[in-house]
Amino acid sequence: MANHHKTLRIKTKRMLGLFGDFDEAFEVIADIRRYKVPGLTVDDVTLKSPIEHPEIEDVLGERPTNVPKFAFWGGLFGLVFGFLFLASAQANFLAQPSGGKPVITIPSNIVLAYEMMILFGVLSTLVGFIIGAKLMRKSEGLYDTAITVDQIGIVIEVADEQASPLKDLFAKHNVLEVREEALS
Amino acid sequence: MSAQQSLAHKHLTYEQAKDIDENIEWAKINTDVLRSMENPRRGYWVAMFISVALFAVMIYAEVYQYQFGMGPAALNTSHMWDLYISTFVFWIGMSHSGTLLSAILHLVHADWRKPIYRFAEAMTTFSLLTAGIFPVIHLGRVWNFYWVMPYMSDRGLWPNFRSPLIWDAFAISAYLTSSVLFLYIGMIPDLAICRDNAEGWRKKLYTWLSLGWRGDDAQWRNFRFTYLMIACFLIPLAVSVHSIVSMDFSMSIMPGWHVTTFPPYFVAGALYSGCAAIITLFILLRYFFKFEHFMTMPILDKVCKLTFVIAMVWTYLNLVEFASVWYGHDIPSKEVLLAKASGPYSPFFWSMMLFGSILPFALLSPWVRRNMYVLFFVSVFLNVGMWLERWMIVTPTLSMGHHPQAFNTMWPGWVEWAMVGGSFGWFGMLFLVFVKVFPSVSMYEVKEMVYHRKRTVYEDVDEMMDLHSGVPGPSSAPASQTTGGA
Repeated sequence: MANHHKTLRIKTKRMLGLFGDFDEAFEVIADIRRYKVPGLTVDDVTLKSPIEHPEIEDVLGERPTNVPKFAFWGGLFGLVFGFLFLASAQANFLAQPSGGKPVITIPSNIVLAYEMMILFGVLSTLVGFIIGAKLMRKSEGLYDTAITVDQIGIVIEVADEQASPLKDLFAKHNVLEVREEALS
Repeated sequence: MSAQQSLAHKHLTYEQAKDIDENIEWAKINTDVLRSMENPRRGYWVAMFISVALFAVMIYAEVYQYQFGMGPAALNTSHMWDLYISTFVFWIGMSHSGTLLSAILHLVHADWRKPIYRFAEAMTTFSLLTAGIFPVIHLGRVWNFYWVMPYMSDRGLWPNFRSPLIWDAFAISAYLTSSVLFLYIGMIPDLAICRDNAEGWRKKLYTWLSLGWRGDDAQWRNFRFTYLMIACFLIPLAVSVHSIVSMDFSMSIMPGWHVTTFPPYFVAGALYSGCAAIITLFILLRYFFKFEHFMTMPILDKVCKLTFVIAMVWTYLNLVEFASVWYGHDIPSKEVLLAKASGPYSPFFWSMMLFGSILPFALLSPWVRRNMYVLFFVSVFLNVGMWLERWMIVTPTLSMGHHPQAFNTMWPGWVEWAMVGGSFGWFGMLFLVFVKVFPSVSMYEVKEMVYHRKRTVYEDVDEMMDLHSGVPGPSSAPASQTTGGA
């Protein structure tokens, strides 16, 4: 149903509402979830906040993150790569006398492969974070430095006819400031 | 006894007992921390001058050693490690508390870590960078250090992967990389705050480092998972790093080193010296940057109690090591132990016991825990004890190995002392630069702490008022984030 509404309207502008209190912003998103603004859904909402608010997922819904997968696969790669790297290096010693000791020494390689597992796990997690959080990209407009101080921002892309009801909704919940910009 | 009576008994007011004031304005948090990064005071320049001077002496000593060999450092056949490796272990140990404690406290949701973890993690990074100097300079031929790197040599030579020294190189490299990333990722939201308030070169630097952070819900969500994942990686990593450092010794058959309890003993010692260093830096930052609102006495109290607990664990493991040697009846090991207690190094051994095992009992006194001046000196002497511990691990064993013809008592030369002193200068320089370029208190996490404390207080008051009078509590008119007031 929500997707059906979205296809009918062409988004023409982006609006930012700044709130002094998280509870007010929470209520705005809850009202959007209750379809108080025709055609808008919580999928259109981006919350900007100075601190982390995990409780926002109560109204935004659980949005997936791939960071744990990056951590797992990075760690696994590090473990396997670390062991194979060491073993292949040690295989060079085949040409040299090893005094009866094993050429590929499993106990010591476990220690080093363990360290490589953690190192690559951490590096891979960082990559997952940068991709998932959409960092290192050209940032979209509508931002206010008050968001890194103490205000909560709600950013929504809307069609022309949705702008007015959304402003009313913002006003109902004591918005401090509303800004808008045309979508290119 | 009620909570109020209990506080009165301890001569504390309710405000003093809180580890953060939940009514502090968020804008003030930004302002206070950002102000600490501006206009260094005279004390800062004095500290920087001392650090640079110590480091300059270290450079001179290294050039001198480069010219004349290892002789001026008083290193000889049996004493090839001595203060260089003792100090290396000391700095590796110092690095442990920052990241390890920060990660553990993060996982157990101990939010009192929030105002203090940033500088502790920075301490980790700079301690590792300091520790890394010593394996290089103890080689003498510093230009051959790259031999420990596992690179493709045209002669088909690789490092000996069976050697704990190579494990060290891998473990410390992994730990340094991971710790730097842990510190950096945790700082990204604060770098965005800096970016929004900076001008000139700082603006460019923070814009670049904040990676376009805008506080989106998607960014926070991914941030939460990333920080959690890296904390999970770092805890076993930190434990493994100091275990591996201990294996530099325990994997050998030298008397006094070949002890199975060395890995936990080293990890406990590392946490201990790191906690003591956190107390020292806590007091200095609180005093010089006027961080009384964030680095509060109840938080310091918790760190002191944690330090005492870890000190007792270290003491226990120390005594276990002595008992193992004593009852193990390995004659060379027993002789080394007796020589530590009664030989030429005995004053340092007993000083170590005094500072490491007896002095921590001072932390049981509430008066000591609340007296900044006394606590500062206690924390410094705890670390003196921990440095002596590392020296007493390394040097007595090298004096009395398995070959009686190689027995000799060795006293460090001026070059070694210069290197040790210079390492503190190098660490001091890095730390002093850090606190002026990056926020040493996590602004967004102090806000989180304040926010959650406030909500908890209001929820509690709501419940009480509903229960007793049916009067609506303060959360019916929720406090604004912008003002901080109720």
